[in-house]
Amino acid sequence: MDVILFLLFAGVAVICAINLVLQTHPISSALSLVGVMGALALIYLQLGGEFIAMAQLIVYAGAVMVLFVFVIMLLNEGKERKMQRKLWVRWGGPPLLFVFVAIMATVVEHFLPPSEGVTFGAFTKGTAEAIGTKLFTVYLLPFEVTSVLILIAIVGAIVLARKEID
Amino acid sequence: MPPMPQLSLSGVVPFNWYLILSVILFALGVAGFLFRRNIITVFMSIELMLNAVNLTFIAFSYKMGQNDGHIFSFFVMVVAAAEAAVGLAIILTVFKNRQTLEIDEVSSLNN
Repeated sequence: MDVILFLLFAGVAVICAINLVLQTHPISSALSLVGVMGALALIYLQLGGEFIAMAQLIVYAGAVMVLFVFVIMLLNEGKERKMQRKLWVRWGGPPLLFVFVAIMATVVEHFLPPSEGVTFGAFTKGTAEAIGTKLFTVYLLPFEVTSVLILIAIVGAIVLARKEID
Repeated sequence: MPPMPQLSLSGVVPFNWYLILSVILFALGVAGFLFRRNIITVFMSIELMLNAVNLTFIAFSYKMGQNDGHIFSFFVMVVAAAEAAVGLAIILTVFKNRQTLEIDEVSSLNN
């Protein structure tokens, strides 16, 4: 059952990612990205990351993608124009990516120490309680620095998106 | 050459599959980053790459039995949200000043 569910979610994620790359209109790409993020959240859940799966759904698939969709709607640029690319770029890129994937898969399959498979429910440290305890004890300083980062990002976004830009 | 693991649909999921899924998603993100010409799509490809790395963090967190990987991927999410806010503000500004989203036409730094 675990394998079937994993293959289902992984298939959805990969198909949506391919669709993201192939679509020419940004709104189709954005909706494909939402699909990837939803499928990945379910895969996190399978790995025992309850908190991170919910955070993925709320922060990524919710907040960040809504921002993207807002901007796409605001600018309303429409489809991407066809570009003339050099021949070797057009026919050389996908094989190179395939070679990259093959090399990484070989490394993963042959050089990592063998480990037993993943069963649902075997990892119990992904609850909100466990994550919160660690976040507010061991990782307290990075957490506080994060708030400064977000403050800077807010101020930067306001300054950049102001009305009067010379 | 190690023996191929038995493919049974009822057993446990091999751990390596998660890493290979992550590699595939990362490669697709790179492809979108390099091939697309729309700034927003390029930006979304970056988010896809970040997601692929998050999956690796969570998978290794499972393998090690620690939840530090979850915290790292949580921080990655925070940084990605901040990056999206600033990046989309930059995209708005670029569009306001140049009326285009094609990255090939935004080339002031080219020469």
